[in-house]
Amino acid sequence: MKRHALSTRLWHWTNLVCVVVMFMSGLTISNAHPRLYWGEWGFAPGQAWLMVPRFPDWMTVPGYYSLAVARDWHILMAWPFALALLFIWIAMLANGHFFRDILTRRTEWAPHNIAKDVKAHLRLDFDHGSGKYNFLQKLTYAIVFGILLPGMVFTGISISPGMEPSFGWVVDLFGGRQSARSFHFIFAFSILGFLILHVTLVMLAGPFKLLRGMITGRQSDEA
Amino acid sequence: MRRRNFLVAAGAAFVAGCNRVADSKPAARLLDAAESWHKSAQRFLNPPDALVREYSRADISPFFRGNGTTEPGGAYPAMQSNGFADWRLEVRGLVDNPLSLTLENIRRLPQRTQITRHDCVEGWSAIGEWAGPQLSILLEAAGLQDDARFIVFRCFDNLSGSDYYESVDLVDAFHPQTIVAHMLNGEPLPVRNGAPLRMRIERQLGYKHAKYLTGIEAVSSLDDIGAGGGGYWEDRSGYQWYAGI
Repeated sequence: MKRHALSTRLWHWTNLVCVVVMFMSGLTISNAHPRLYWGEWGFAPGQAWLMVPRFPDWMTVPGYYSLAVARDWHILMAWPFALALLFIWIAMLANGHFFRDILTRRTEWAPHNIAKDVKAHLRLDFDHGSGKYNFLQKLTYAIVFGILLPGMVFTGISISPGMEPSFGWVVDLFGGRQSARSFHFIFAFSILGFLILHVTLVMLAGPFKLLRGMITGRQSDEA
Repeated sequence: MRRRNFLVAAGAAFVAGCNRVADSKPAARLLDAAESWHKSAQRFLNPPDALVREYSRADISPFFRGNGTTEPGGAYPAMQSNGFADWRLEVRGLVDNPLSLTLENIRRLPQRTQITRHDCVEGWSAIGEWAGPQLSILLEAAGLQDDARFIVFRCFDNLSGSDYYESVDLVDAFHPQTIVAHMLNGEPLPVRNGAPLRMRIERQLGYKHAKYLTGIEAVSSLDDIGAGGGGYWEDRSGYQWYAGI
């Protein structure tokens, strides 16, 4: 059996490119109006719940301030990002990856199991026996797949005025257009947080073995 | 420190790569294509006459911010002090009966009042109550010719040496909430919001809502207007012509 299915590997790297380009072009878009509000409307500093710092050019796509070019990139990469997410969800449900590896069991929520998992992580002990993922991994992936990634798509739809007639209910779900825009930022930075954690843990747990697994799909001796 | 340098270098290299890709011809075509896919998808998912949300008076924001030109120059101040009595809105181009309308003519047409949310391309939103005739009434009165494909909005204001203009296709031109507004929150339009007339194109971003409106022109192609981009910001900065996203 392969460590990672072909669908997982294809999606993983496609998604990485999409997330990086969308995040960096998103920083340029943020620079255009670096304030976040709750509710339907907001335009002035006094209404903002967060004054976002200005992101320097080396972090942004493009590498100079152009809202138009940043929007070009953002709008382009939204397609592969959203379609790939739809693809991996269908693949995960069809090939059992979701039910087998990501969905948590009731017993895993037992406090002693969670405590055991946290302690193992703190000792940097990544040997989790026969199962593919431990509880914290499953929970993290479930949040990423179930909330953060689709959350980016749905908050993106909510801030698009052209989608308002049919998707006004999604806007309501987030509590208004400016709230949806705030969640768009919160989810994006949560994904950045996940990316940092993910790369750090891969570095600690054996980067070459894990990278090989995600590229070739080959099974390594320790699962 | 070394890790930060690496990050900066990696970021810069990535950005340089993106810039190079974006400047190439096929990429420019791809970026344009992505914009038109969004337009097609939005049009598919939202029926032509589907309305955006209309709010209640309680939802109106305490102030309606103005962007772009907020105080036109030239002959504008004189016209303003005259209560815009000499202002004319021309409906022309590919129409059977060109019109030249005064503000009084426009006020006498059937009016639509709508409390809608304005979303700026920069990211902010404000809610206001707009009133004015539907654009479709003016276009029907002028009699659109068969080869008309786009409606161009001509404006009084000149930004950095170019006259502001915008354009939409007939789907948005005939949308029930596309109105020529002369009132905001029950008062004549404030100067910063486009007095005496401005467009409301409710399913698109703010830069499409042309202010200081002087002309409505039916055309078959946008190629020969301005730099051919279909609008001031489209020509000047490469903004997307379809601004539903």
